[in-house]
Amino acid sequence: MSPETTILVALLLPVLAAVSCLLLGGGLGRPNLRDIATPLIGACTFAAVWRLAGDVLAGGRPELVLFEVLPGVELAFQVEPLGLLYGLVASGLWIVTSIYAVGYMRGHHEQNQTRFFTFFALSIFAALGIAFASNLFTLFLFYEALTLLTFPLVTHHGTDEARRAGRIYLGILLFTSISFLLFAILFTWRLTGTIDFTPGGILGAETSSGMVTVLLLLYAFGAGKAALMPFHRWLPNAMVAPTPVSALLHAVAVVKAGVFAILKIVVYVFGLDLLAGSNASLSLMTIASFTMLMAAVIAIRQDNLKARLAYSTISQLAYIVLGAAMATATGVLAGGMQIAMHAAGKITLFFCAGAILVATHKKKVSELDGLGRTMPWTFAAFFLASLSIIGIPPLGGSWAKWYLMVGALETGFAWQAAFLGVLMLSSLLAVFYLMPVVVRGFFAASPSAGPSGSAGGDRKPIAEAPFLCVAPLVLTALLSLALFFVAGDLASLLNF
Amino acid sequence: MNLPEALSGLWAYWLLIALMMVGLYIVIARDNLIKKVMGLNIFQAAAILFYVTMAKVEGGTAPIVPHDPAHPGGHGAHDVVYSNPLPHVLMLTAIVVGVATTALALALAVRIHGDYGTSEEDEAVAYDAEHG
Amino acid sequence: MIEKILVLEVVLPLLAAPVCVLVRHPRFCRLFSLGVVAACFAIAVALLVEVRGGGVISYQLGGWPPPLGIEYRISTVNAYLLALVTAMALVIFSFDSRGGPPRVPEQRRHLYYAVFLLCISGLLGITITGDAFNIFVFLEISSLSSYILVSLGGHRRAVMSAFYYLVMGTIGGVFFMLGVGLLYQETGTLNLRDIAARLEPSLHDRGTVLALALLVVGISIKLAVFPLHHWLPNAYSFAPPKVSAFLAATATKVSFYLLAMILFTIFGAPFVFEELRLQAVLLPLSLLAMFLASGAAIFQTDLRRLLAYSSVAQIGYMTLGLSTANATGLAGGLVHLFNHAVMKGGLFLVVACLLYRVGSVHLDALAGIGRRMPLTSAALVIGGLSLIGVPGTVGFVSKWYLVSGVLERGWTAAAVLILLSSLLALVYVGKVVEVVYFRKPAETQPIDHVREAPLGMLAPAWVLAAAAVFFGLTTNWTYGVAREAAELLLAGGI
Repeated sequence: MSPETTILVALLLPVLAAVSCLLLGGGLGRPNLRDIATPLIGACTFAAVWRLAGDVLAGGRPELVLFEVLPGVELAFQVEPLGLLYGLVASGLWIVTSIYAVGYMRGHHEQNQTRFFTFFALSIFAALGIAFASNLFTLFLFYEALTLLTFPLVTHHGTDEARRAGRIYLGILLFTSISFLLFAILFTWRLTGTIDFTPGGILGAETSSGMVTVLLLLYAFGAGKAALMPFHRWLPNAMVAPTPVSALLHAVAVVKAGVFAILKIVVYVFGLDLLAGSNASLSLMTIASFTMLMAAVIAIRQDNLKARLAYSTISQLAYIVLGAAMATATGVLAGGMQIAMHAAGKITLFFCAGAILVATHKKKVSELDGLGRTMPWTFAAFFLASLSIIGIPPLGGSWAKWYLMVGALETGFAWQAAFLGVLMLSSLLAVFYLMPVVVRGFFAASPSAGPSGSAGGDRKPIAEAPFLCVAPLVLTALLSLALFFVAGDLASLLNF
Repeated sequence: MNLPEALSGLWAYWLLIALMMVGLYIVIARDNLIKKVMGLNIFQAAAILFYVTMAKVEGGTAPIVPHDPAHPGGHGAHDVVYSNPLPHVLMLTAIVVGVATTALALALAVRIHGDYGTSEEDEAVAYDAEHG
Repeated sequence: MIEKILVLEVVLPLLAAPVCVLVRHPRFCRLFSLGVVAACFAIAVALLVEVRGGGVISYQLGGWPPPLGIEYRISTVNAYLLALVTAMALVIFSFDSRGGPPRVPEQRRHLYYAVFLLCISGLLGITITGDAFNIFVFLEISSLSSYILVSLGGHRRAVMSAFYYLVMGTIGGVFFMLGVGLLYQETGTLNLRDIAARLEPSLHDRGTVLALALLVVGISIKLAVFPLHHWLPNAYSFAPPKVSAFLAATATKVSFYLLAMILFTIFGAPFVFEELRLQAVLLPLSLLAMFLASGAAIFQTDLRRLLAYSSVAQIGYMTLGLSTANATGLAGGLVHLFNHAVMKGGLFLVVACLLYRVGSVHLDALAGIGRRMPLTSAALVIGGLSLIGVPGTVGFVSKWYLVSGVLERGWTAAAVLILLSSLLALVYVGKVVEVVYFRKPAETQPIDHVREAPLGMLAPAWVLAAAAVFFGLTTNWTYGVAREAAELLLAGGI
């Protein structure tokens, strides 16, 4: 299979999954087959993306041009390291999530499961389209598609709350993408006459520093999925969706689409040299730092576990934006690494939140006292993933933080130390919003045990969520651990 | 061109404009649909008269080639000044359009009267507001 | 060869109308008119293929050479319009409305088809002819027949709307006639190219400027340019649904062609846009239309009214393309003619499907209809996304070029406003989609009996919905032709 075909296959497999969901779940009424088909096709998709990895590591840039949409603007795909990484993360975690989703949706007795799985697969299609896009138009096309395809997932329950959240979701994401991102794309088109991603950037060195700043901010806020403050409110609202959606889409595919777009635009539209030469990046770094700290502080105050994780996501995404804004090779490396590390960590945390919900119907942090003893696997995984998010070795997340700090020192701004401080403070705050969950789970007295329960003796039996829920979260927690040891490969992939 | 000159030299235009505004005013100000149609007619008539005015050539006669016995089948005398016939021809068409418009407007007015029981616009609007 | 059949484009529907009146058989008339429209479409496509790349076909009516005789003259600009109008007419004619308009009894239905054919004939005549007064005649033919078509809607207010439309339309028509008269006075000719050639020395006469003003205002009424749009929402929302679809997809498009042709071909872009600076009026009005009409659409509770207000806003996009007066922007406006025809025609056909099955398109009545009529609702969503301008739909293509054209002029603020205005479209489309898919049907209005629309209705609606996606992804044909037409117009040709 030639690389071109592989790209097409990787893109079309999720569509196939959606169609088979629709047929098996809807027309033929075989939900069991449907739920087996999705992970299988997911595995095939991952295999296809994996095949591309070999080419890319060898220096190849497989390309697929479908057709010309507007004169000079093609619907075209090209696999490069950043896109490959994002594609691997999205398709790889899709396999795990689709298994988890089966356990969750059944355990939680959700309605409209066929619609759910269909749109889920289509969302992955859009995510892969974003990953492999070779120009801004293709990126924008799939970016908008991802917004629209995830909308039915957010409003899945159809309650007033879900519809309100859906409105905010669409409103903020489309508002930012249409008024900022599209405008920036058109402006770039106007300035350069091209919107193809080109190594070294397409904006010429003659672009004035002010223009670069404006464009950079337009792109950064335009990629509203990156949830930079003040356009972050859609993310906590999207948490009304079923947990698998929050886990894969709103911790991995959707939000990473935003930061991935920023990274890619910084590298292939602006070019690191242009950005480093202007003082545009300082403003974006400031915004990212603000978001990082602010979201972390808000996260501490959230009692709803999923909301807390959502704010943590906002904070962690800002790391990637910060990395991109540094406009150094190290910064981009750190940003790319954080995409993978945070994905593995955060998906585990959401899986845990969902597993707790399925097993105990508890949503709040304050209700988790003592649960760690009845759900040891879940809480152990939560602990591991938390360490990764905080950035403690030997977990994957530590590498991303490490490179970010190195990058911050490299930038050469007068107040590089300030950003270093922000990074450290943010990690500290992460300890404060994640560790209480673990502490409560393992060490606090279970409320039902009563005041004398602490005397020990009456150990409660293990009552974990269904196997299909627990196995994936253990797997992804181990993945966080494993990523620590393969970080070198990632670093060589992202060598810009 | 000063004011007296404009008034005397272009008096026909002033008249037409006045006529036109009368028509337009009736269309806007009257609530009765039949009167609106009449206003529309006056408005159209002004435009038609404008074309007719335009066709007038000073000292011109009707554009009919006189029969010259000296040259049977040939062209008429060359020193005759004719009025421009083309605008008149155009206006024949325009009048037909005007008749068709009026007929349709009246037909609609009849239907409105049947549906609303009134030919007054304000009463019909009130009826709509009441009955949706 | 092709110049011999050119005149059939207008003559066929014009003669087919009395045939319908004579035959009086409703089924025959329906199929016959469909056949005539198909023939017109075939001729239009042949013409377009022939003139692509700068060709011109001229036909002299009755053998009288221009400038004395009436000349039919085809270039890329009007061939594009002919193809657009006939294509839309073909799709909409193939829509099987199951019993025709509500107010027309079976034994009179042949008249309905006759009027429809006359309307098409008028629209094609406006586009094809190269004679100024001929345009007026065709303009009135199409207008008179569209007043009749509007008045056939089921609601009593349809007649009232038709009357109002007639008053406005006639005033517009008279303005147009006066403008033509003044041009004749200045140049002594009625042939459009001849007028353009002879107007040069008297461009600055007060008469010429007055003619321009009268023509622009007259056509603006027919085109429903903000703030002369008041007839449109009522006319579109009370007309029979098929008629709304037809008028929305064709009538305003032809008026737009007329406006563009008069501004660029007769008066010339340098005079209109550099000396008189018409854009100083046209641009603010376009932006106001986009914002106020979209804003009004948000507050509508009836789907048809909502779409009608959205049409006024979309006309704003077209006139905005006009006011840029550069190739990119004008091409954007021209390509939006086609794009808007596709999406709005499709949406009004969806409305017709919904009306047939549900009996009302009030938003309350549509709650939860997405489950009962999945295919119709999906077409509604596609059309809606296209109105917003989501990439991959035709709406995006229009917006892309309009914004590019505006940026070329250096009007950055206007570019931002265009993008912002599409967010208003997002609000009203989102409102409809939410009702259709996520709101529970009211207890008082059970929808259990509602079934999917019949194939004869669904197929044309889906043809347009599919076209909205297809032409959103491949623009070689649409934008290619529009670009060529725009360049031709800017050069002063037709």
